[in-house]
Amino acid sequence: MFKNVYNWIDERLDITPLWRDVADHEVPEHVNPAHHFSAFVYCFGGLTFFITVIQILSGMFLTMYYVPDILNAYASVDYLNHKVAFGGIVRGMHHFGASLVIVMMFLHTLRVFFTGSYKAPREMNWVVGMLIFFIMLGLGFTGYLLPWDNKAYFATKVGVQIAESVPYIGPYIAQFLYGGDIVGAQTLTRFFAIHVFFLPGALIAMLAAHFLMIRKQGISGPL
Amino acid sequence: MAHGHKSNEKVVFVGDSRVKKGAGVQVPPDYTSYPGKSEAFIPNFLLKEWMVGCVVLVGFLVWTIAEPAPLGYPADPTNASFIPMPDWYFLFLYQFLKYPYVSQEYIVLGTMGIPAVLFGGLLLAPFLDTGKERRFYRRPIASSLMFLSLIAVVYLTVISWDHYTHQLEITNTIPEHHVREEKAREAAEKGQEPPSTVKKPAAAVAIVDAKDPAMDIIKQAQCIGCHAADLKGQGSFPALTGVGDKYSKEELVDIVTNGKSGGMPEFGTKLSADEIDQLATWLAKQKAPAK
Repeated sequence: MFKNVYNWIDERLDITPLWRDVADHEVPEHVNPAHHFSAFVYCFGGLTFFITVIQILSGMFLTMYYVPDILNAYASVDYLNHKVAFGGIVRGMHHFGASLVIVMMFLHTLRVFFTGSYKAPREMNWVVGMLIFFIMLGLGFTGYLLPWDNKAYFATKVGVQIAESVPYIGPYIAQFLYGGDIVGAQTLTRFFAIHVFFLPGALIAMLAAHFLMIRKQGISGPL
Repeated sequence: MAHGHKSNEKVVFVGDSRVKKGAGVQVPPDYTSYPGKSEAFIPNFLLKEWMVGCVVLVGFLVWTIAEPAPLGYPADPTNASFIPMPDWYFLFLYQFLKYPYVSQEYIVLGTMGIPAVLFGGLLLAPFLDTGKERRFYRRPIASSLMFLSLIAVVYLTVISWDHYTHQLEITNTIPEHHVREEKAREAAEKGQEPPSTVKKPAAAVAIVDAKDPAMDIIKQAQCIGCHAADLKGQGSFPALTGVGDKYSKEELVDIVTNGKSGGMPEFGTKLSADEIDQLATWLAKQKAPAK
């Protein structure tokens, strides 16, 4: 049944090479922890992606309750955290997942660095990886404001003030992030939009490029 | 799955999928260049990955259940005593900017100069470290720079957290999300609802007699600086609308002249007795409409 449906689609669209390019490859011995336990360091990239998927899914559920305006943001997070069934777990996953993503990404970066895997011909993949790192930090920074409690408010204020001290463009960055002159209603909606639409969009594009390059070039060889 | 030879499939692949059968010269796929016990990604390796993933996921869920995500009290821009603290992975940068030569008049060096060099170096590492050698102990410059940065980041993070806990100690502050959690726990032990932290919007009371000349005094004396332009108050500063329900004219004269503990400054020296009298008369009129 499924086979026939698949073949029917495949005859028309030739989809087999699409997924085979991604899925059909061999995992060499030197990155397989089943053969060399020390190869677990090669798992950090996959774990980063796994946590990222958790972040995207839990974030999607959070937006079902979250209200990005200064009067209701805190109340909606409070409601979500304490009243909604499993809301505390979903928010907990998103909150702690943010830290976990940073940790995993950090370990992955160190693995790539210390095994020299960023060397030719994989320079571009390293650069894209670093861009992903910066996007993740941006997601962390913008997400911190959204619960709209004191910690969020003052950390954001300090953060934007630091950005403001950059010569020439600093005031423009601050103006762009604040959406005005202070951390206020505009700042919250901006951070929400950046956190939920702009950065995840950029992140997904970068991840696609990252994975495409891995498939194209293969994993780096043993040392 | 990946290596089956079903004759009803349109394209038949051998080994690596990118090499079609009979597609001329067969270029060895990249993985065969690493001889050894390689394993098919689908399904063998992926299945193991998923099993590890399940264990990680369960551990993660247990963590989120054991440790609820923190939430403090609603943002209050007038709260001057709050100790700001970024998320832990920004702490090293936060701490770095506290040192001389990267702060105050050298702030450009702190926010742009050194981070640009470090992050730029990291971003462009493949173009700076162009040698063929991959083992880290044969790349002393790159490796030692990375080790140094790692030590610095860990050190700065720890010091920053140290400063923070010390600051909490000397100001005798307990972080808000802990206070809140503690209160909720106490309430739960007594079988009550946790105390609500969400402010209910105050019933709107209109300004009575807004055209009165006392309104000019309100503006001149900068009452609106704290009590807001619409006199509805902001943050911990109370609303002036409806203040006549709380205080008599005599009490209002006293409060305006001598100030009040909790932030209200004294205006006895800035306003004449006449003006204060006029103001208090008008404020005493600020009552909610009778129902």
